[in-house]
Amino acid sequence: MSAEDSPAEPLPLDGWHRARGARMVPFAGYAMPIQYEGIMAEHAWTREHAGLFDVSHMGQLTLAGEGLDDALEALLPADVKSLAVGRMRYSLLLNRSGGIIDDLMLCRWPTKIYMVVNGAVKAGDIAHMRAHLPSAITLDHMTERALLALQGPEAFAALARLTTGRWDLAALSFMMGGPYEIGGIDAFITRSGYTGEDGFEISVDAAHVEKVADLLCAQPEVKPIGLGARDSLRLEAGLPLYGHDLDTNTDPVSADLGFAISKRRRAEGGFPGADLILKRLAEGVPTKRVGLAVEGRLPAREGAEIFAGDSRVGTVTSGGFAPTIGAPIAMGYIDSAHAAPGTRLEIEVRGKRLAATVTPMPFVPHHYVRKGAA
Amino acid sequence: MTTYFTQDHEWIAVDGDSATVGITDYAQAQLGDVVFVEVPPAGTEVAKGKETAVVESVKAASDVYAPVSGTVTQANAELEGDPSLVNTSPEAAGWFFKLTLSDPGELEGLMDETAYKAFVAGL
Repeated sequence: MSAEDSPAEPLPLDGWHRARGARMVPFAGYAMPIQYEGIMAEHAWTREHAGLFDVSHMGQLTLAGEGLDDALEALLPADVKSLAVGRMRYSLLLNRSGGIIDDLMLCRWPTKIYMVVNGAVKAGDIAHMRAHLPSAITLDHMTERALLALQGPEAFAALARLTTGRWDLAALSFMMGGPYEIGGIDAFITRSGYTGEDGFEISVDAAHVEKVADLLCAQPEVKPIGLGARDSLRLEAGLPLYGHDLDTNTDPVSADLGFAISKRRRAEGGFPGADLILKRLAEGVPTKRVGLAVEGRLPAREGAEIFAGDSRVGTVTSGGFAPTIGAPIAMGYIDSAHAAPGTRLEIEVRGKRLAATVTPMPFVPHHYVRKGAA
Repeated sequence: MTTYFTQDHEWIAVDGDSATVGITDYAQAQLGDVVFVEVPPAGTEVAKGKETAVVESVKAASDVYAPVSGTVTQANAELEGDPSLVNTSPEAAGWFFKLTLSDPGELEGLMDETAYKAFVAGL
């Protein structure tokens, strides 16, 4: 049974979303808010202020046990061993042929690894890890936890006002995490997200998530934002969406995610699909994920075919109207011969050819607050 | 002039054998922010119930069906420069196209405003 056939399960904030006028749609097996006041307004609000996203559909896991780092390094190309407590890293669960099973976040807790995986494929991820991890490793799917993302240039100001803990919230820079309290409620907060803006992801007990969401939305900078704007924001940020831009037929090099294969792992290998992936890193790839700026106003969406003259050279994997840019943008896989920035191509939409130019991503600059930055 | 409505949330304002077609306020609210509208050029033959125009919102592309059969006489050129007219004025400035009806009898199966309001209330 696919996610679409299954009844959509309510998330912990279901009633909270409905009370705020959200339109709910089935996504990843859950009923989720696609929008409140409208995607354009919500998108702009997040780029200018702070947007609160319910991402409780995502899988929150912890892994622990003797030999955990080695066990994870056998499944992922990340340098897990060098990951210090409180540090976070983007990584990929890979199959034996180097295909991407999922993209995910890892964060080191004092005695565990905390992992966030995509909601639509979390059951498969868990089954894969349980099948391949040694018996000494325990994997806990924290179904009792909710996850919120607070994203935007004013996210820090809004969250810092509510947060207490051993460390000041400012101690977290991009890709770091730590334990805090929000209104007396325990929260594990990371400075991360998927919009390209500064922001945080906040893991709390589902029993208290409504209180945390209320506290956040009571701040003048914060409004609830739906999945629709989450998608347009991540597209502008050039960030791939699993199941669309990434799947088991794409490898990290073709997907332009080479940064997720750390230096030591490149030298040592030992992760699934290492032979193919290291070969592609050295010799190049036949097709590559690139950004495309589309002329006119007609969006080119997932599945649209990309041409260089009469030759089919690729396929759009995500596309839509970019509210910040005021024009359509897309990402897709293109034959490497046509993937250089500035290459002029055409995308076919309903029998019409739209002019498009290969464009470096992100389309809208990232505003991450990195360590050492002012 | 009489306005009729379809179950697909199009409206058609009829004056003799000519008519203006658009989508309803309910439809635009469901679609969300409209960023592009593709309307058939003058001269296009359209058939009742067939895909005739496309509305692109930020999120998705949606088909618009012809409420009746006929020949398009004019497309709303304003929508090219300002597709958001479909959101701000769906039942006036945001009209899609005008056509000449080929079979006015096809209007009989459509709803009037009262029936359409009841239909929407039941959704």
